[in-house]
Amino acid sequence: MIRKVRQHISQNEALIFEESSPGKSGYQLPPLDVPAIDPAAALGKQNVRDEIEGFPEISEVETIRHFTRLSTWNYAIDLGLYPLGSCTMKYNPRVNEFVARLDGLAWAHPYQPESLSQGALQVISDLEAAMLEITGMDAVTLQPAAGAHGEFTGILLVRALLESRGNPRKRILVPDSAHGTNPATAAMAGYTVQNIKSNEQGLMDVEALARFVDEDVAALMVTNPNTLGVFEENIVQCAKILHDKGAMVYMDGANMNALVGLARPGDFGVDVMHINLHKTFSTPHGGGGPGGGPVAVKSWLEPFLPIPRLARKNDQWHLDYDRPQSIGRVRAFYGNFGVLVRALAYILAHGCDGLRNATLDALLNANYIRHKLAPYFDLPYTSPNMHEVVFSDERQAKRGVKTGDIAKRLIDYGFHPYTVSFPTIVHGALMIEPTETESLREIDLFIDSMISIAKEIETDPKMVLGAPYDTRTNKVDEVGAARRPVVRWKPERPASKAAD
Amino acid sequence: MSTYPENFRYTKEHEWAHLEGGVATIGITDHAQAELGDIVYVDLPKVGTKLEKGHSIGSVESVKAVSDIYSPLTGEVIEVNEGLASTPEQLNHDPHGAAWLVKLRVTGDDEIKKLMSASEYQEYVGAEG
Repeated sequence: MIRKVRQHISQNEALIFEESSPGKSGYQLPPLDVPAIDPAAALGKQNVRDEIEGFPEISEVETIRHFTRLSTWNYAIDLGLYPLGSCTMKYNPRVNEFVARLDGLAWAHPYQPESLSQGALQVISDLEAAMLEITGMDAVTLQPAAGAHGEFTGILLVRALLESRGNPRKRILVPDSAHGTNPATAAMAGYTVQNIKSNEQGLMDVEALARFVDEDVAALMVTNPNTLGVFEENIVQCAKILHDKGAMVYMDGANMNALVGLARPGDFGVDVMHINLHKTFSTPHGGGGPGGGPVAVKSWLEPFLPIPRLARKNDQWHLDYDRPQSIGRVRAFYGNFGVLVRALAYILAHGCDGLRNATLDALLNANYIRHKLAPYFDLPYTSPNMHEVVFSDERQAKRGVKTGDIAKRLIDYGFHPYTVSFPTIVHGALMIEPTETESLREIDLFIDSMISIAKEIETDPKMVLGAPYDTRTNKVDEVGAARRPVVRWKPERPASKAAD
Repeated sequence: MSTYPENFRYTKEHEWAHLEGGVATIGITDHAQAELGDIVYVDLPKVGTKLEKGHSIGSVESVKAVSDIYSPLTGEVIEVNEGLASTPEQLNHDPHGAAWLVKLRVTGDDEIKKLMSASEYQEYVGAEG
């Protein structure tokens, strides 16, 4: 039995263009009290935009209802478990929103003089201090607008340091279990990417790494725990190999939510790292931002951090632009300030013990799912996992059902799919990350659903292949959509003719 | 199980090369297309591009992922399979034939000898699983 409530299954919604009827509008202006003039004569014909053919004409209440109805179709973390592995879809506590909406913070303007911005600067300073305590690093910039932006900033810092030593070097090493943004970052920063294969435990191979590292290597970019959710237990040895050749260790901190309160990258050899505030510190996630990707560094990289830097002068906060070795700005002003406020609210609301408990709960939840689903789904890497677990579809694929098909069937059970086909080192991956957000009840619902699907595949694989059934739109032709995309709605008849 | 033409040579990255009179035709293997799944887009270099062995020729995009294609040999691109732009699905149907990617005028004959034979490649993909 499907025990999740879904909304408005039989409801469907026309496109707003199709709801249009000529002459309707959402507003009425008062009559002109000045003489009308021809805009083309006043501004020049080239500055007057043509009417947009087919532009929807619709009333205010219809517009509101259209978009409100559409919004109820979304699946969101506020509706239930969102098990997208690697994405860390955790709950955004309402206290974050309360604090971010306080007038003094919400209405602060970046051009306010420093003397009137002391509170906002204190928020930045407090979050910096928290980041340093949590990561064990020496200095941090909160400017980068998201994780990948942080990566790019971090590698620019590495390049700047190596250039100051006389040679920026040529290559960056990236394990094959890395996030796709890592090689992209290295390439954007002008480095050649060299892939390193993982060993059978899904870990970096220390001996292989030693063979790759020479005086041409600028850095290793390592995600820890890696995308299998496995802690790189040889990280200290790996860091030593890099450091012995004058190279840096960059840690992709995307999975920092598995370490907070338990281990500090600054203590295991990391020189520079980024943190995704939306993943670890519960700021809103998705929709293209705004995000936050602080970059934390060891002291030797500190002179190169982006300007401005926060400094104390005459017992006041002050923004220091006089930093000759800085890589410059990476973003306007001081980062996405509203996001920084939310992250600090989360950290202070939890306190040290609370943050550590959140980490432990995330680990417990992932391991509980692993334990319960292991009899039904293949576990390609059996190393102990932390905050996420990666199964493969090997058993189900023998009956013709692949990870993407299982994910689609999961929608019928009222859950957002897990991450499909990633990490790429696992063939047919099912990547599941429950986060600390979930209660035992919600996790058990998810586990029951997955087991039920596994049984359906044994008895009726064809039925599973046809899923989802319980959605407004059934199985989408992904191949057709990618090969022959229709990206623009066109009226059946041009509006000018329809109006005749 | 697919059959790999005996007169082709193969790479670990799942490209094939067929050398005839100083011109090598390059493509991806049947194993590669099967792993990628439905291919939806192919990005190829321009005629005249000079390629080094092991460097990227371009990429193929499937519903699942985008993958780089690496040149098995060093040489200059003299012909590109333009038809693939509009019918990328050919790569799923005939990867060893009609869906070749580029033709290279190769600089030497030695490089190709280092690539795998059909039986070696068959064994390699068997082992890779």
